[in-house]
Amino acid sequence: MSESSAARSVLMKHPVGLHARPSVKLTRLAKSFRCRIEVAQHASGPWIDAKSIVKVMALKAPRDSTLHFRAEGEGAAEAVNALSALVARDFDEDHADAATS
Amino acid sequence: MPQPVERVGRPASPGIFAGPIVELRGPDMPADGADCDALTEADALRDALEVATAELRALHDSAPADAKGIVEFQLAMLEDPTLLEPVMERIMTGRSAANAWLGVLALQIADYEAADDDYFRARAGDLTDLKDRVLRLLAGEADAALPAGAILIGEDLPPSRFLAIDWSKGGAIVLERGSPLSHVAILARARGVPMVTGLGEVPAIGHVEAIVDGTTGRVVLSPDATSRLSLKEAEQAFAAEQKEAARHRSRPAVTADGIAVKVMINVAAPAETEAIDSAHCDGIGLMRTEFLFRDGHRLPDEEEQYRAYRRLLEWAGDKPVTVRTLDAGGDKPIAGLTPENETNSFLGVRGLRLSLARPDVFRAQLRALGRAAVHGKLKVMWPMVTVPEEFTAAAALFDEELAAMRGQGIACARPPLGMMVEVPFPALLPELFPMAEFFSIGSNDLTQYVAAASRDNPAVSGLADGAYPAVALLIRRLAEFTTAHGIELSICGDLGSDVEKVPDLLALGLRSLSVAPAALARVKAVVCRSRLGGGS
Repeated sequence: MSESSAARSVLMKHPVGLHARPSVKLTRLAKSFRCRIEVAQHASGPWIDAKSIVKVMALKAPRDSTLHFRAEGEGAAEAVNALSALVARDFDEDHADAATS
Repeated sequence: MPQPVERVGRPASPGIFAGPIVELRGPDMPADGADCDALTEADALRDALEVATAELRALHDSAPADAKGIVEFQLAMLEDPTLLEPVMERIMTGRSAANAWLGVLALQIADYEAADDDYFRARAGDLTDLKDRVLRLLAGEADAALPAGAILIGEDLPPSRFLAIDWSKGGAIVLERGSPLSHVAILARARGVPMVTGLGEVPAIGHVEAIVDGTTGRVVLSPDATSRLSLKEAEQAFAAEQKEAARHRSRPAVTADGIAVKVMINVAAPAETEAIDSAHCDGIGLMRTEFLFRDGHRLPDEEEQYRAYRRLLEWAGDKPVTVRTLDAGGDKPIAGLTPENETNSFLGVRGLRLSLARPDVFRAQLRALGRAAVHGKLKVMWPMVTVPEEFTAAAALFDEELAAMRGQGIACARPPLGMMVEVPFPALLPELFPMAEFFSIGSNDLTQYVAAASRDNPAVSGLADGAYPAVALLIRRLAEFTTAHGIELSICGDLGSDVEKVPDLLALGLRSLSVAPAALARVKAVVCRSRLGGGS
């Protein structure tokens, strides 16, 4: 597959927002792709590296905020789809343990 | 043998433990470290990070499920080049590895500490944990395992050090700072390790033994025979109570003669609800909102408040959440908001009086509450109401804000409005407040206004306790009035959590109690043992 780019937005419902445990999962998944992946809270940016937990946590994205993903390079479409799906699935967490994460 | 020293802090995890003291020490601060050899320092950092990663992986493998997330977060941080690059850059300018690491981590920690959201703020503790682990390794100190069966006393205890301790042999934690909401406190509660926080400086030097009562927050260094005896009694009582409370925690509170009693909880910060299953209580009878105005340097905006209220309503599901509007002043001053140098602040501009004097702050809170009301069974309660006009004025402001929001197309609702009864006037003449949809007795303030004696001043606190018969009379009259008019009455002061007073409160006619979360199970147990006889 040649160079490609993709973008996608998803509403985050996680009760405490993009917090420690969700951020660990998000960056881990992002790192499993070779393409460059960025995330932002607004479609106009600023865009930050979705593979960096330091930067993802620094977003301090609260619940009910929209996360925008964009990727460039090998597997860009799969990457944004997988990341959006993770957020849509509420990071595969039940809310009871979200509080201690 | 040194003289006994007693201190009382914030209880963070219940239980009692007596044993040897071990002082917790943070790592030594690195020297300034200018003009170091960059390559040597870079190697030292890489080595330290490698060992830190290995230590955390080992901790992760042995950690129980509820703690793995804490360790995973630290591991992810260690793997992130964004964190490590600036450290390397500092090393290249001649700083020592320790100095460079400390500098970069301190910036990160300060950023988390400044966060609005208390969940994000709590992550500062996790980063401090990571910072200290690497500093220790750079200083050549092994991860000195803390002993089992000891009372750990220090400024703070990082979660990873808690996890490395074998708690099966008992032990306790006594912290000069710390918070009942920290990761360590959550872990301590889950494992039944007694813990007390926020003691200020503990003069542990020269003491070898201590007693920790995590239920009351009492810590005694070098206890004498009397303290030991009272400990033994408290320990037995605690064990018996735990056993009985465990049986009652998940059951409804119904007296021995079949009268149902609502038992709700008092909450001071949303995170407190995380340890409680909402199925085990009848909702939140008092949500304090002073936490939003923490530190006092900045007032929370509407959005921040809305999110906090909404989170609680979602936790409660279909159960009621009673939010009390800002109750600042008196013993709860807020810089820039409460009047300074008031000669008698308990009789001054506090509670609803302050909110009406500062409509800018009050309106933001009312808007946030109106918006949150669509997400659950919200009830809103005014504190420190003296005359009916205050209630009417507050309700009018609320209605104005609701109308404005509806005009803007913002989803909102008008929750039931009620009031605290803590000033003797409404306690004596509740019939003058027909607009109140519910009453909640603030027994702490009511008692001190009835007795004209502060409960916090040991010289006169006996007078406050002595005033109970008069307070009880007011409660009985309120119960009779509200029963006759079908108005809900509850109590949210300390009296409701006092297991010795609960049977009496039920006899006075109360059928709804809002208690400290730690007292929930034992209050339910007392209710179930009570027998009200013919009267109700």
